[in-house]
Amino acid sequence: MTLPDGWVMVIGLEVHCELKTATKLFCGCPNMFGDEPNTNICPTCLGLPGSLPVLNENAVELAMRIGAALNCDILASTFHRKNYFYPDMPKDYQVSQYDEPINLNGRLDLPDGFRVGVTRAHIEEDTGKSTHVGGDGRIHGATHSLVDYNRSGVPLVEIVSEPDMRTADQARAYVTELRAILVATGASDGRMEEGSMRVDANISVRRSETDEFGTRCEIKNVNSIRSLGRAIEYEAARQVGLIEAGDRVIQQTRHWNEQQGRTITGRVKEDADDYRYFLEPDLVPLDPSPEWIASVRSELAVLPATRREAVAAATGADASATAVATVVDLELDQLVLGAVAAGADGRIALARASNEVAADAEGGRGLDVAAFTAVIAMESASEITATQAKTVLGELLADGGGDPEAIAAKHGFEAMDGSVLDSVVDKVIAANPNEWQRYKDGDAKVTGFFVGQVMKATGGKADGKAVTAALVARTKA
Amino acid sequence: MSESPTTAIDIAAAVRDGRVTAAEVVETHLAAIDAREAELHACNAVLADEARAAAGRGDAARAAGATLGPLAGVPVALKDNMCTRGIPTTCSSKILEGWRPPYDATVVTKLQEAGAIVIAKTNLDEFAMGSSTENSAFGPTKNPHDVTKVPGGSSGGSAVAVAAGFAPISLGSDTGGSIRQPAALCGVVGLKPTYGTVSRYGLIAFASSLDQIGPFGATIADAAATYNVIAGHDPRDSTSYAGAMATIGAAELAGDVSGMRVGIISELVGAEGIADDVKRRFTEAADALSAAGAKVEETSVPACVYGLSAYYLIAPAEASSNLARYDGVRYGLRIEADNITDMYTQTRTAGFGPEVKRRIMLGTYALSAGYYDAYYGKALKVRSLIARDFAAAYEKFDVLLSPTAPTTAFGFGAKTDNPLAMYLSDVCTIPSNLCGDPAISVPFGTGDDGLPVGVQVLAPALGEPALFRAAAALEGSAP
Amino acid sequence: MAKRLTREEVAHVALLARLEVTDDELDMFTGQLADILEHANDVEALDVSGVEAMAHPMQLRNVFRTDVIVPALDRDEVLSQAPSAEDRRFRVPRILGEAP
Repeated sequence: MTLPDGWVMVIGLEVHCELKTATKLFCGCPNMFGDEPNTNICPTCLGLPGSLPVLNENAVELAMRIGAALNCDILASTFHRKNYFYPDMPKDYQVSQYDEPINLNGRLDLPDGFRVGVTRAHIEEDTGKSTHVGGDGRIHGATHSLVDYNRSGVPLVEIVSEPDMRTADQARAYVTELRAILVATGASDGRMEEGSMRVDANISVRRSETDEFGTRCEIKNVNSIRSLGRAIEYEAARQVGLIEAGDRVIQQTRHWNEQQGRTITGRVKEDADDYRYFLEPDLVPLDPSPEWIASVRSELAVLPATRREAVAAATGADASATAVATVVDLELDQLVLGAVAAGADGRIALARASNEVAADAEGGRGLDVAAFTAVIAMESASEITATQAKTVLGELLADGGGDPEAIAAKHGFEAMDGSVLDSVVDKVIAANPNEWQRYKDGDAKVTGFFVGQVMKATGGKADGKAVTAALVARTKA
Repeated sequence: MSESPTTAIDIAAAVRDGRVTAAEVVETHLAAIDAREAELHACNAVLADEARAAAGRGDAARAAGATLGPLAGVPVALKDNMCTRGIPTTCSSKILEGWRPPYDATVVTKLQEAGAIVIAKTNLDEFAMGSSTENSAFGPTKNPHDVTKVPGGSSGGSAVAVAAGFAPISLGSDTGGSIRQPAALCGVVGLKPTYGTVSRYGLIAFASSLDQIGPFGATIADAAATYNVIAGHDPRDSTSYAGAMATIGAAELAGDVSGMRVGIISELVGAEGIADDVKRRFTEAADALSAAGAKVEETSVPACVYGLSAYYLIAPAEASSNLARYDGVRYGLRIEADNITDMYTQTRTAGFGPEVKRRIMLGTYALSAGYYDAYYGKALKVRSLIARDFAAAYEKFDVLLSPTAPTTAFGFGAKTDNPLAMYLSDVCTIPSNLCGDPAISVPFGTGDDGLPVGVQVLAPALGEPALFRAAAALEGSAP
Repeated sequence: MAKRLTREEVAHVALLARLEVTDDELDMFTGQLADILEHANDVEALDVSGVEAMAHPMQLRNVFRTDVIVPALDRDEVLSQAPSAEDRRFRVPRILGEAP
């Protein structure tokens, strides 16, 4: 779905990610997903009278890593209280960074080079979780709700982008890339399905001849990258429809309904937007030393974009190629780079890593570089065929290692002598004169038939490319 | 034995030496409570069973040869806004009725480790909001010197507990004078320590940037001994001071003020509403320090007069947020309703008294969109000015001096219809809270009505040694 | 001098604070709060331009705890204090809207 001609969509994203700390932001309760309800709770994260918060140093470290990875200025910052009543928030205020966030003025470059501005990335605490009883588990129509405070106080960083994106694809690419960065830096596990990464999208539309932004709506409850694209396209089209029908867009929060494939208006609260922010008097300012900031920046993991460039340079592929992204995402890039450094063919190494090895990424990350290099070397030297190489790799992964040459020998894989192949090809042609005539007449579809027949006759030992070459040579004879 | 010891220091020494048992000490004080509690209503709960059990443990430990702490066997009364594990902690509010905290406040742990025995939870103005203890949901506390008069507040129950001999020492909390003002009205010593020297962990918050726990005692030495026990860094309180803190010892308690520079805050002595008899006692106190060798002069702290205005915006603003959590979901009162918003509203409407509602609304207004800059924002700047003027005064003086409260104890109902008049009784005590500085109220004679008058000594942050030196001198020369 | 607080403003503030006030209370609170705010207006004469806001007396920075797990509270003890609990959770009446 695209917008009608003459319309532009404007997208800004707010991504909340839970930090991968052992404990919560302000207390020593475990930061753990999926535990028994209300077992990771203490006076502080339950908001009991008299309790006080103390900031988790590691949460600050991880927030600074995010800032460093997004090229932000890392600054002295403060915490505020955002006041509103809601049952999943035990103090009825959320501690968050407001006008002095820790990270400001960053950017994120998409794989295709498009640059998205990052306004800020600030620290705040997560809320508890409500389960709605009755009404199909949804908030509307429920008879009552049940609250679990295990998640209350889990450290979050909210990453706010500039409204720089113009297509749903860019939004998807931004979230994909951001997720990869969060995982690479160790700041978050980026699991959207578990809610450890949550995306809200601010969307507006405008006519292409103006520069003025339209009224925006905020879309919440988007639970996957795929849904994000659908929600954005639906919402932008809805807004264009409204304007073209002579209506106007009302600024509001809307919720994405995955089943219905549309956004639904949220309830407008009478006292919305009066959060009475003020400095949290139970906490003191956060002012990381220049040495701390410098060490976070210098010890930052190599980011996905840099790793993709390294893989592209080593294999001759384009840095934005899917195969390159796959090996980096699955952390198989060291395997590929190691093999190339050891002399393996980069193109084949990338192909095998992004397909056969990627199918068992966990095994692949443990795969011995020398063994992988040996397989690629055998294939590129035509000592074994591509099909055979896949078989050898499969066994290496399944067994957690082994000697590639021994595996090849065990299966009887060996380079087929050219004269043996010639005689098999001749026999197959002789046995199938009609098909051969069609092949000679240029019917490309019968190529597969001949390759298959030769494979059958050789027990799969023939190299498909060599068979094709032999067939072509015979049409010219 | 000849005569039972009455001060905390004497009791602890006698218990350590075996001249008296903790059990005997507890019984003596429970008898004192029995004799007058029905009349005074200082306590929300008398913990007779718990105190007897604790005394038994302490005596057994001594018999087993354990080293006893500095407050061994000393009964202590706690303002009922400090969390005590498994023991109801109410803030004198219906909204917390029945709540039993699952943890102890840091001060409670420290007192118990020092051998003290918690004997009662004391009455207060609901959530410490008030200056007379009339705002308690459980009824007012009465002044033991004249039961037709208020004890002051908000820590009225703790002041009365010491004044009436229910316990030799007690703890209160002081947000705008809530320890010093009732100490003055009840004729006992009351200390608000430097902000951050005593942990707030487990103190139910009123206004976080102003709240400070401190001791009441019949003597300066008992207040000092209690301060020594409860002060100290607490990693569970981010605003806890982490540097070195002075221990108050014999040197300070000797009260030698020769050469000490003492400034009389002219704006507070001359403040509207300071009664003549209070002024006369104050002048005698200043003269006494002078006679003891201190260099006493009048000085000006100009921004001081704006303390009340800044305070009555800042404290309610913080309170409006601190008291949001009383919503009927996790603990305390709930009024059932059809939906959560109605449940919140009905619970809070039924659970909070009028003064708490007034301050919540005032603070909500001061922080709300469109008014923040004019009220809360401006108040924070005025707070800066006040701190700046006090800092300038402390370049010339070691301590400052003022009356503690404008009048002696007033009658019940005298100020309840006019909140502003009630607030004005905090005019002398508020500035120390805004600055975070320590201040102490020392009894100094009586007014024309025969009721106690207090004199306040103020010092810069961490200036407790000078503060106690001057306070001890005043105690020694009090009429 | 700022304009005097109105009844409507007090009613709005009560709503924000989740408090219900009767008409009589609204009159009383409006008068009392207006008096207090008027008294506070004595600071209007003060020149605070260039003065830093002082939100806190404590000049500390960077107070942290290490990322080490501390034993949690016992769920049964905590839920026994709840006005209403069900299925290991705190039970609340139906919620009217999504979180802001």
